[in-house]
Amino acid sequence: MLTIDRKTVDAIVEHAKRDHPDEACGIVAGPAGSDRPARFVPMVNAAGSTTFYEFDSMDLLSLYKEMDDRDEEPVIVYHSHTATEAYPSRTDIGLASEPNAHYVLVSTREHGNSPGPVEFRSYRIVDGEVTEEEISVVDAPRPIEASQAQGE
Amino acid sequence: MAIEVRIPTILRTYTGGEKAVGASGETLAAVIDDLETNHPGIKDRLIDGADLRRFVNVYINDEDVRFLGGLGAPVADGDQIVVLPAVAGG
Repeated sequence: MLTIDRKTVDAIVEHAKRDHPDEACGIVAGPAGSDRPARFVPMVNAAGSTTFYEFDSMDLLSLYKEMDDRDEEPVIVYHSHTATEAYPSRTDIGLASEPNAHYVLVSTREHGNSPGPVEFRSYRIVDGEVTEEEISVVDAPRPIEASQAQGE
Repeated sequence: MAIEVRIPTILRTYTGGEKAVGASGETLAAVIDDLETNHPGIKDRLIDGADLRRFVNVYINDEDVRFLGGLGAPVADGDQIVVLPAVAGG
């Protein structure tokens, strides 16, 4: 199950609506091993495409170095589908390379850039196998232990 | 063994869970061959035919090797190599 706070859900949805009809992408980092999505990091879709997304290679390096410095990992990897349902495509499955991450997909096909609900779903993708999981949306992020607290 | 190669989570099955391993070689191709000697199977995850896999990014001292000559990119003692799978999909 993915436990995520409302503010982060809203930020992902807002990003997807803003970038529609292109696919939006990003991660939510959290303390390594915590399974707690704590730090929303929207990324540029270097592919600038309605059917594909890819982090720019230098952005990718910066992101992973930053997470390493902060002892974080990508708890969520998210992207949007803009004309199809929020379910991993064959490409998504083939390229999924974070076995510990929750893969969040949103679909903006119904309302595009306009207000309105979007599909918001979460999956595990391991060794080519997709497993959908429940999402528990909470009001506030779970508290971070003092020893792990980090400035934003 | 003076080159540090940082290994992404998904490839740590080949390195016994190690986040970074040592390797040697004067080009990226030679370093990958050296990695393969100690961590059999890893080369196929990095290389497709005669080139790097499209969705694997490799950096030498923070530069994308695609701008350094790809597999022929020169490597020297003390260099740091980072391997990161692309975050991409459709």
